[in-house]
Amino acid sequence: MNHSQSSEKFLRDKQRTGWHDASLWFVREKRDAVAKAVPEWETLRTLASEIKQQVLSDLDQYLISFEKNAQKNGVHVHWARDGKTHNEIVFNILQKHHARSLVKSKSMLTEECGLNEFLLANDIEVIDTDLGERIVQLAEEPPSHIVMPAIHKKKAEIGELFHQTIGTEKGNSDPAYLTEAARQHLREKFLRAEAALTGVNFAIAETGGVVVCTNEGNADMGVHLAPLQIHSMGIEKILPRAEHLGIFLRLLARSATGQLLTTYTSHYHRPKPGGEMHIIIVDNGRSEQLGQEKFRQSLCCIRCGACMNTCPVYRRSGGHSYGSVIPGPIGSILTPGMPIGGHPDLPFASTLCGSCNDVCPVKIDIHQQLYHWRQHSEIRQAAAPGKKRLMQFAAWLFSHPQAYRLAGKTARLFLRMLPRKAIYHRWNHWGLSRELPVAPRESFREWYDKNEGKK
Amino acid sequence: MSRAEILKSIGKHKPPRRSLPEIPVFDTPNPDLLQQFRQVSEGIEGTVIRISGRVEISKAIHEKFSDVQQIAVSRSSFFPKALELKNFNDPHQLADVDVAILTGQFGVAENGAIWLRETDLVHRAAPFICQHLVIVLHEKQLVANMHQAYQRIQIDDNGYGVFIAGPSKTADIEQSLIIGAHGARSLTVLLSEEEC
Repeated sequence: MNHSQSSEKFLRDKQRTGWHDASLWFVREKRDAVAKAVPEWETLRTLASEIKQQVLSDLDQYLISFEKNAQKNGVHVHWARDGKTHNEIVFNILQKHHARSLVKSKSMLTEECGLNEFLLANDIEVIDTDLGERIVQLAEEPPSHIVMPAIHKKKAEIGELFHQTIGTEKGNSDPAYLTEAARQHLREKFLRAEAALTGVNFAIAETGGVVVCTNEGNADMGVHLAPLQIHSMGIEKILPRAEHLGIFLRLLARSATGQLLTTYTSHYHRPKPGGEMHIIIVDNGRSEQLGQEKFRQSLCCIRCGACMNTCPVYRRSGGHSYGSVIPGPIGSILTPGMPIGGHPDLPFASTLCGSCNDVCPVKIDIHQQLYHWRQHSEIRQAAAPGKKRLMQFAAWLFSHPQAYRLAGKTARLFLRMLPRKAIYHRWNHWGLSRELPVAPRESFREWYDKNEGKK
Repeated sequence: MSRAEILKSIGKHKPPRRSLPEIPVFDTPNPDLLQQFRQVSEGIEGTVIRISGRVEISKAIHEKFSDVQQIAVSRSSFFPKALELKNFNDPHQLADVDVAILTGQFGVAENGAIWLRETDLVHRAAPFICQHLVIVLHEKQLVANMHQAYQRIQIDDNGYGVFIAGPSKTADIEQSLIIGAHGARSLTVLLSEEEC
């Protein structure tokens, strides 16, 4: 299966495709409205991009000082070269505390590491507590979007899912009712959790603390109630100083959901009285990606999801069609260089329209990177075979002028003469959802020879 | 050993060193921060009530929450006969608190956020586990934007600190905005003319 095949499956339900497209466009429009209201928006984007790139240029030193400052705060710092090491570190910490239950708030990193599956196999109860994450966890599906994990699900499906899993009334799909049911269901989990784990939005080198943004309050409910708190972060989450948060926080929520700020922006520096705090710094392919000049900027990503909401391909193919932990345009440039799954043809899952670049709060050159990935021989192998053969044929045709002229003449004639059935069939991919233009009687060259060439 | 490996790999792969950009001062032209803070707070489903000072807190609470059972406060002077947060030993005991009344350090006009430190919360869980949250804020304590906010604070002076902007919410079911996810179901800001 590749991206174009799985999107074809998604596109079969036309009504759902339209609904999915409209839901995401709605978020894009909200983003536009709040971004336009900030006069210094473009300055903020430039600064954010420069800060992130500077961090990458001195990343090892920043991580060392982050570690030193966190340790001074009484935090245990761990390093994990890959997902497997990360999962083992989490498991060891839990075992040391005899903790059998873990409440998690949203972390794409733990999705990337496959933490849930690992812990479940080791008899640890893992509960995702962000509502969208809980929905996909109960449905046994991966998230389809990094900010709105259940954006692909209709409320009637969630109503049925909750009826079967947490015992809500059959047939009730009122979002307020379902949210309240999830609140009660998860409150009970929060109150008895032995450990809490969160992702990290920003890690401040200067102070050794981490910042987590949520709207629901689930990260804080988990972290403040459980005696043991763990924060998992990719190496690229570093910001040098607290003042840089001002820039990134103004960009993040506006870009992600069109909010001015998430409801809660929590700064964790020291364990709660009587508690224990751990931070796990994870590489998992990032330091390798750092060495790829054309692709290293992808590490500036702050996981806002704006590129997904604007992407004409993502909106009409759904997050699951990418087969990657991180879908959408940013996923398509991260996937080829990192161990996060994903179909090999993802760099082709784009029209190269450049809209992702325009909305990216840290100005990642996403569409240029998509183009560069397409030049990689392994990625080229992944292009659809029909398309590849067509390109080879086109290359031959364009280098043989007489054949080219003849082909043009024949095509113009056939397009006018042949019955519709002979032109629009399953071999004509272009014509599956498009009309071909009306063929002109003569080519440009013929016209030129007749009118201008003779002068 | 992951640490040495990761640092070595970064050292090998990182691009040439650049310098950090200067952060300019972003001055917001709007002089009426109070009006903006109020408007933005209401826009994010918060309630703002103006009070003259400490004496009006209990009246405002009575009017807003007519039949609550348990009120917990960070300062005993906020509400007569309320439970004091410092008398709870374990944050799990806060599960039955209906209304928590806390003090905020300052508000941010551009997004309605209020900064609270661990010492303001007494228990870190307090503003999240209560059903309804009330923050008392001195109306002179407002800044225009997040840049000014971070100039004012030392983020690690407490073990924990948080910006709270509105009540807890989610839109994870078909983008329908629902107030009251896991944290407080409502946020009431008591904007006080005097310092409380």
